[in-house]
Amino acid sequence: MIAFLGKRMAMLLATLLVASFAIYGALYLAPGSPIAALTGGRSVPPEVLAQLEERYHLNEPFLTRYWLWLSGVVRGDLGESIPLRQDVSTIIGQRIGVTLQLVMLTAAIIIIVGVGLGIVGALGRKSVDFGVLLASTVSAALPAFAAAVLLQFVFGVMLGWFPVLGTGDGFVDQLRHLTLPALALAATSVALVARVTRTAVRDELDKEHVQTAVSRGLPWRDVVRRHVLRNAAIPITTVVGITIASLIALAAVVETAFGLNGLGAYLVQAAQNKDFATVQGISLVLVFAFVITNVIIDIAYAILDPRVTLGSRAQ
Amino acid sequence: MSALLEVRDLTVQLKMDSGMREVITGTSLTIAEGEAMGLVGESGSGKSMTAKAIARLLPDGADVQGSVTFDGTDVLALDGDALRKHRAQVAVVFQDPRAHINPVRRIEDFMTESLRILESVSKPDAAKRAAAALEEVGIDDPGKRLRQFPHELSGGMLQRVMIATALLSEPRLLLADECTTALDVTTQAEVMAILDDLRRDRGLSMLFITHDLELAGAVCDRTCVMYAGQVVETRAASLLHGDPLHPYSAALVQARPDISSTAERLVAIPGRPVSAFEAPSGCRFAPRCPHAEDACRAEEQVLTELDGGRVRCRRAAELRGRLLDGAHV
Repeated sequence: MIAFLGKRMAMLLATLLVASFAIYGALYLAPGSPIAALTGGRSVPPEVLAQLEERYHLNEPFLTRYWLWLSGVVRGDLGESIPLRQDVSTIIGQRIGVTLQLVMLTAAIIIIVGVGLGIVGALGRKSVDFGVLLASTVSAALPAFAAAVLLQFVFGVMLGWFPVLGTGDGFVDQLRHLTLPALALAATSVALVARVTRTAVRDELDKEHVQTAVSRGLPWRDVVRRHVLRNAAIPITTVVGITIASLIALAAVVETAFGLNGLGAYLVQAAQNKDFATVQGISLVLVFAFVITNVIIDIAYAILDPRVTLGSRAQ
Repeated sequence: MSALLEVRDLTVQLKMDSGMREVITGTSLTIAEGEAMGLVGESGSGKSMTAKAIARLLPDGADVQGSVTFDGTDVLALDGDALRKHRAQVAVVFQDPRAHINPVRRIEDFMTESLRILESVSKPDAAKRAAAALEEVGIDDPGKRLRQFPHELSGGMLQRVMIATALLSEPRLLLADECTTALDVTTQAEVMAILDDLRRDRGLSMLFITHDLELAGAVCDRTCVMYAGQVVETRAASLLHGDPLHPYSAALVQARPDISSTAERLVAIPGRPVSAFEAPSGCRFAPRCPHAEDACRAEEQVLTELDGGRVRCRRAAELRGRLLDGAHV
């Protein structure tokens, strides 16, 4: 287990290193310069220009700048946002909470509703199963931005049950503000998870070892719990994990639509403002979250399936 | 001997994509308390389906006619708790232990689950009984085996685990469905010997399903031969091998390679085995039978008593003793 974790940490660092280079390189190649964004296109005296270039290391070679940035990142210093004149880590710190809450609430909805519907569909009567299929088809066809508008219109404007914009204060109010965004973000994923769960449970029901359990006279609920659901949990965990990891990037759309002060929404804004340091910082945090989520999936997978030895797959 | 299990005129149709398909036609057999009955036939002859019908494990949508009586109870009418009690009394040893044991649970969990759930035996007591059962089937270091997962054990060992587990719940009837087919030959002999010993010790009744006539002869009291969903012959197992009554049984005997002589080519039964739903009218074996006459094809054959056995062949008495004389080539 410790060797496995060590290996995963090394892989995590390698992934982050490659990602940081890609992120830094992409922005280096992007058109426009931070100076232009800073000066707003006004002509600036050459000595001021030189001073700015000196301050932000703009005339150093690419690799030197990358190295300066990276060594700062390692120390927790993500650089300074040129347009805002604020530390990038401060900017991220102010916004990461909202994104984290949004993703966690969405993940909870996906797990409870998606897995729940899938199980009900697989074990239930034909009519129930048909209902689940229908609901998941409709839900799967709703991209997050469309779901956002629809939910805002129905629950925010028509019914007035939930606020449409903003983050809110205090836990309960925040939860109320995050409900519609989380639902919008969850729509497509719930459908996917429900479908995969339904198929996984169905497949497991047909397995020979389930027949053995039935042949021994065990009550049906024990057969389902101890054999069908227990074994179906393996593929379900995989798809739930991948889905949640992808939410981290998708959150941007929903945060923008609901005016949430989160990382994703600010990433879009920062990119438009040519705020390079902020874009780099936020991208790095998103990659980090994605990789961490994957490590957690891997560990869960190894715990659920004894045939998978940590770090390598048996058979 | 009183009959523990009585199957009478069992006809089973399964729901397939193309409609209902008959897999067993009017099968009857009885097993007495403590008796071992062999059920022999080619693939698709309906032998596994007969076992499934007895344990009530047929797939959804199956249509079952006739009757199955176990210890005086009408098995086909059972449901709910009574059905589960019946299943607990009839232990099944399946063909492929690797598929039939949950791969993600430990051996201990597999072995003790029905003790703990159905009989409320405490976990340590159940584990003790499981360890003792493993020793009985000749598995060393049971404590270690109980902690292992199925993929860490060999096929032969898993099948022994399966047998030990089946006996642990103290069943009254054992259904062994080709339980040695998936094992290699030496392991097969070992597992068979263990199963036979333990069954005799306990005076347990058994339905032993196999395609190996000789194996059935070695461990069973009586043998039932099935062809295309019908029982074609029931006879004392020791007699069947040397003195078969039905041409199909004789063909099975002859199809077995003889290790004491060399043969140019192994004898095979001409044609291919058919299932009940594709069987011809009249005698179902007629198209492959070297002794078939027009009259065989014309009428449905019935099981008739002959010299202590029962046979479904109108020429059985006439052909008696001549069936093994290298007749069909």
